[in-house]
Amino acid sequence: MNAVTTFLTQDGGFWVLTLVKIALLLFIVLTVNAYLTWFERKVVALMQSRVGPHRVGPHGLLQPAADGLKFLFKEDVMPGGVDKFVYLLAPFLALTLALASLAVIPFGPNPLPFKFFGHQIDLWITNPDIGLLVLFSVTALGVYGVALAGWASNSKYPLLGGLRSSAQMISYELSMTMSVVGVLLMANSFSLTKIISLQESSKWGLLSWNIFTFHGGCPQIVGFLCFFISAIAETNRVPFDLPEAESELVAGFHTEYSSFKFAMFFIAEYTSMITVSSLCAILFFGGWNSPFPTPWTFTHYIPSLILIPFGLWVIFDGIKYETIFGKLILPGLGTAIAGLGALLLAGIVIAPLHEVNEYIQGPFWLLSKIFFFLFFYVWARGTLPRFRYDQLMNIGWKLLLPVSIANVIITAGFVLFRSAP
Amino acid sequence: MVPTQYYLILSAILFGLGAVAFVVKRNIITIFMSIELMLNAVNLAFVAFSQAQGKLDGQVFVLFVIVVAAAEAAVGLGIIILTARNRRSLNIERVDLLKL
Amino acid sequence: MSPALIVFFVLAGLSVIGALSLILQKHPIHSALSLIVVMVSLAGLYLLLGAEFVAAVQIIVYGGAIMVLFVFVIMLLNASAEEHTNFSKLAKFGGLPLALALTGLLAAAMIHNGGAVPNNPTPDALASTTGISMMLFSTFVYPFELTSFLILVAIIGALVLAQREKKT
Repeated sequence: MNAVTTFLTQDGGFWVLTLVKIALLLFIVLTVNAYLTWFERKVVALMQSRVGPHRVGPHGLLQPAADGLKFLFKEDVMPGGVDKFVYLLAPFLALTLALASLAVIPFGPNPLPFKFFGHQIDLWITNPDIGLLVLFSVTALGVYGVALAGWASNSKYPLLGGLRSSAQMISYELSMTMSVVGVLLMANSFSLTKIISLQESSKWGLLSWNIFTFHGGCPQIVGFLCFFISAIAETNRVPFDLPEAESELVAGFHTEYSSFKFAMFFIAEYTSMITVSSLCAILFFGGWNSPFPTPWTFTHYIPSLILIPFGLWVIFDGIKYETIFGKLILPGLGTAIAGLGALLLAGIVIAPLHEVNEYIQGPFWLLSKIFFFLFFYVWARGTLPRFRYDQLMNIGWKLLLPVSIANVIITAGFVLFRSAP
Repeated sequence: MVPTQYYLILSAILFGLGAVAFVVKRNIITIFMSIELMLNAVNLAFVAFSQAQGKLDGQVFVLFVIVVAAAEAAVGLGIIILTARNRRSLNIERVDLLKL
Repeated sequence: MSPALIVFFVLAGLSVIGALSLILQKHPIHSALSLIVVMVSLAGLYLLLGAEFVAAVQIIVYGGAIMVLFVFVIMLLNASAEEHTNFSKLAKFGGLPLALALTGLLAAAMIHNGGAVPNNPTPDALASTTGISMMLFSTFVYPFELTSFLILVAIIGALVLAQREKKT
């Protein structure tokens, strides 16, 4: 027992802690992915005046579980004549790279108040000095998953879909990287925590975020728009999803994949959506900084003010629900949510709960910004038609790239102007 | 702390393997890839020396080598595509005459 | 056996396996994948050497752009596995010892002359990215501008080569 303790208090403890954090993050992200698919189907359906998943569990909440079971049990067909090694490598590569980019995203400013055998527990897995470059390296390598999947399937529609999709990805990668350079000029560092901490201001709140601030540079509105549009194209989502649209190329590069390998591509796509949303929130919208100025401490109770009415609404909706299962589960869920909100609100009087409330402010604002960007992605899917392929390439090379380069030049001018003695 | 000699030996091994691949293989694209392997081996030697000296000149030079390799790959692959279309084969033994 | 040495041997072994696989594989797409493995493991070695910016640039430019170009060309030209050729006996039996001799000569030359380099492993006060950028714009500004010109020439060259033939 003593040997284990000494092992854990020295370097070994750091590795064990990192492995535990990785396992926890993977579990959370995979669950969020599953419910993101539910969220997307529900929201797109409501935008199209229909109901969406409705049968499996109350309000279709067990639909992702049913889909997961289906993917596991479906027959795994490997077409003849494929190059087996590359065919099996492609979805594995896509999924690994998409999940690996989550390692550098910081979720909160302060470490947890307790320590693991003397090691501080930060709310991120790693925080390298070149954090943003690591994200771009992973995005650059992500093209291979698509290109190799298209080629290995030994069939013409996947090959065309794979070629088109990878050409689209490398074209938009350029403008994505250039549109971030404005933020880097203002922050002077690649480290994501440093970029967030430079957007923090006790007086201005919302106005000190990179997208609005004049402090140290110019407002990055153009940069944000270029980044978000390029990122939608990079993740192959509507309106840039011609290479995988059903009416165009059967299903594009993942036509010949079935069951679990298709699920891997699916998870990779949604995970890169989450990564891009968190990058938008971190780089342009202040990360974990609240939109209200710091002296307004009453805004610290906004999480509980959102959770309590939501929990009560879920309880009332559950009591009136049609199936018995829904009548049991939904009020329970609602009670849990409202209870959490009430606990946080009780921080007004009870001191330890006040600490907890203060602690979750950072992660709460970051997660709500990420949620807003994910909603924006789904909104775009439900609303916009898709671009033709030549229009898509024209936008990437002839519109977004010159605009992002102009953004760099103008931001550099502002930075120079403001720092001149 | 890994001694610099280990990096240099690895760089020499990679360069030797690249040179062997350049001479042995018959496919034009694979031969081109062996050139990239040799350039990478040289980059490793540069960065190893840069760390041994404590100066950053080696790393700046590596950036230039990467850029030149990118430009060379772009133009070289264009030439390879045209050659392959003209001769209808990627075998380098079919490209050994000046006349078509 | 410090952890750095273990990591070095793992990455070095990976890169040598990738380079051997480049020679021994028959299909060019497998050779391309092996070269990508070599490049990523070299990026890991650069990180071990403390050159973080160069490691990131290696993955983004070499692994994410140049090798993608190679993979595209292999897919476009529909390259197939190599045909069986008859080497001359001389090449087969004389080639391998000569290759080993080349490698040994290079290694010996680098180690022997490399010992004359002042071994000063304390790094500069500047971090890798900041230091490189300051040098790029002060000492190395002329090669920097020339490389931008070189890239322009390469773009124009690639465009000209990719034009369809004008049917006159």
